[in-house]
Amino acid sequence: MKAIQMRICSNQQVSDRYWHMKVDASELNADVQPGQFFQLRCGHDIHPLLRRPFSIYRINRMERTLEFLYLVKGAGTQRLTLMQAGEYVDVFGPLGTPFVLQDDWETILLLARGVGIATLAALAQDAAEKGVQAVAILSARSRNDLLAAETLQGFGAQVLHVTDEEQTSGVEQVRGLLDSLLQQNRIDAAFTCGSKRLSRLLQDVTRKHAIPAQIALEEHMGCAMGVCFACVCDVKEGDHLKTVRVCKEGPVFPLEKVVL
Amino acid sequence: MTELDLQVKIGSLTLANPVMPASGAFGEDMEAVIDFNLLGAVVPKSITKHPRKGNATPRVCETAAGMMNSIGIQSKGIHYYLEHVIPYYRRYQTPLISSISADSIEEFVEMTAIIAGTEGVAALELNISCPNLKGNGAAFGMDAQLTRELIREVRQVTDKPLIAKLTPNVTSIQEIALAAEEGGADGLNVANTILAMAIDVHTRKPRIGNILGGLSGPAVKPIIVRMIYQVHQVSSLPIIGCGGVMNGEDAIEMILAGASAVQIGTASFVQPTAMLDILEEIKQYMVQYGITDIQSLVGQVAVGKHNLEGC
Repeated sequence: MKAIQMRICSNQQVSDRYWHMKVDASELNADVQPGQFFQLRCGHDIHPLLRRPFSIYRINRMERTLEFLYLVKGAGTQRLTLMQAGEYVDVFGPLGTPFVLQDDWETILLLARGVGIATLAALAQDAAEKGVQAVAILSARSRNDLLAAETLQGFGAQVLHVTDEEQTSGVEQVRGLLDSLLQQNRIDAAFTCGSKRLSRLLQDVTRKHAIPAQIALEEHMGCAMGVCFACVCDVKEGDHLKTVRVCKEGPVFPLEKVVL
Repeated sequence: MTELDLQVKIGSLTLANPVMPASGAFGEDMEAVIDFNLLGAVVPKSITKHPRKGNATPRVCETAAGMMNSIGIQSKGIHYYLEHVIPYYRRYQTPLISSISADSIEEFVEMTAIIAGTEGVAALELNISCPNLKGNGAAFGMDAQLTRELIREVRQVTDKPLIAKLTPNVTSIQEIALAAEEGGADGLNVANTILAMAIDVHTRKPRIGNILGGLSGPAVKPIIVRMIYQVHQVSSLPIIGCGGVMNGEDAIEMILAGASAVQIGTASFVQPTAMLDILEEIKQYMVQYGITDIQSLVGQVAVGKHNLEGC
C-alpha cells in the first residue's frame, strides 16, 4: 500500500446518483484483487478532510488502469465529481483482503445491492477470466441504479435484477429467487455486498444449503490501514465473538462468521 | 549547510526530533508507509489492564475540517502488550513511549510498575483523560487534586519520564497542568480530543454510535495552540502539542506557543506519510529563518503586553 497521485482518465456521471472514474494506475507497483479497496482524497483542502474508501469496480491489468463506480452521497463524493480528466487524484492502496475465488468452482452466485454491485463487478470480471460462471442478483432502488448490469453481462454473467420501484426487492421475494436459482443450478460459492438485510438472507440460505459464502463489508473508516480501530465488526470464532477491523482483517470475510 | 539541532528533552529522555505519533493514530501497520526510525518517538495505542471491546459503530465521523471519534480504547490488555507490542518496537532505535489508560489510581500505579520495568520502554504517557470509575466517572484530568495524586502515586514506582496527557475538557488547563507538575510529571501532552457531538439532521440520529466523541483535526488547532500558550505561561515542563497539526507550519505554530514537540494524529489518516512530511517542513522552516536549534523557538511567539484573563 502506498499513496500516489494517479492521473484521471475520465470521471463521468452515469446516472442520477452514480459516477464512474477511471484512473491511470501505471505507477502502482502492486497487484490489485477484487474485494480490495483504495482510499481517495476527494480534494486538496481540509474540507472534506478524510479520505473516502472506494472498492474497485474494474481492474484493467493490460492497460494498467483502475475504475471506480461511486455513489454521490456526501461532501466527499460531491467534491470528487468536480475532478476532471487530466487532473491527478491522490490514491492510497490497495488495501484490505480480497475475495477468494477457487479455481475448481464452476458457478458462483453474486447478490448485491446499491453500490455493492460495483464491488462484485470486479469479482465477476475475475471469475470470467478464470472460466467461472457467475449468476448475479442485483438489487437497487430503481432500474436507473442498476448500472453494473451491463458490465456484468459483458463478463458473461447471468444477471437478474430486483428494484424497489418495481416492488420486487423485498427480502422474501429475493429468498424465492435464491431458492429457485439454487434448485436449478449447482452453485459452488456465494458472494454479497451492499445490504445488511440481503446479507442476513444469504447467510441463512447458504447455511441451509451448505454453500461457502463471502461478504465485503462497508464501514466508516479513519486510517484504513489498521491502526485506529474505527471500522470494526464482530465475527464468530467458534463460540467466541471477536471484534476485528474491516480495513485490515477485511473488508472480505467468510459470511458465516460475520455478526450482522 | 549548518547542521540542524532537532533534539528534544523530556526529563531524562532525549528525542532525536520533535515529531511523534499521537496514541490511537499509530500502530505496527504503518511500518508499510513510513520508517519508524526517522520519528522522534513511537507511541502505540493506549493500553488498558484488561482487554476492552471498545464502543459501538460508527466510531468515526467527519465534521467541518475535523473528525470525531469514539473508539473506546479497544485494547488487547497488558499481557498482549508485554508479549507482543513492546518486543515489536525493540527492533527500532526510536524511543518507545507507552500510553497507559486505567480506571483507578491503583491500576495506573500497577500498570506503570509493570510497563516501566519492561526493557524497551523509554517513557510513559499517562492518559488521564479516561474516566475515574471509582469517582463519579469524570476524567482524572478534570480534577486537579486527582491529577496531582495520580501522578504522585505513579511517580513512586518509576524513575522513567512521565508525560501527563491532559484533557482539554476543563475550565482551567493551567490548573491541571500545574497539578501534574506538582505531582512529578516530566512532561505534559496538550491535549487529548475535545468532547463533541454531531447529529445527522436527516435521520435525527447522532452521527457516531457512542453519541459523544472526541473532536480532532484542523478544526481544533487554534484551541490547542491557546492551551499550549496558557500552559507554557505557568509551567516549566516540556509540552507536547497535540491537536490538528497537518503540516510543518502548524507544528511551528505550536512550538512558538510553547510546545517542545508535537504529536500527529488525524493528519496521518489524510496522508499516511504526514509525520515525515511535517518533519521535513519543520527543517525547511528552520533553514528559511536561519534557526539551528529547534528548542530556541519554544514559546517565542511575539506577544506584547498580554493579559490572559482579559477577555
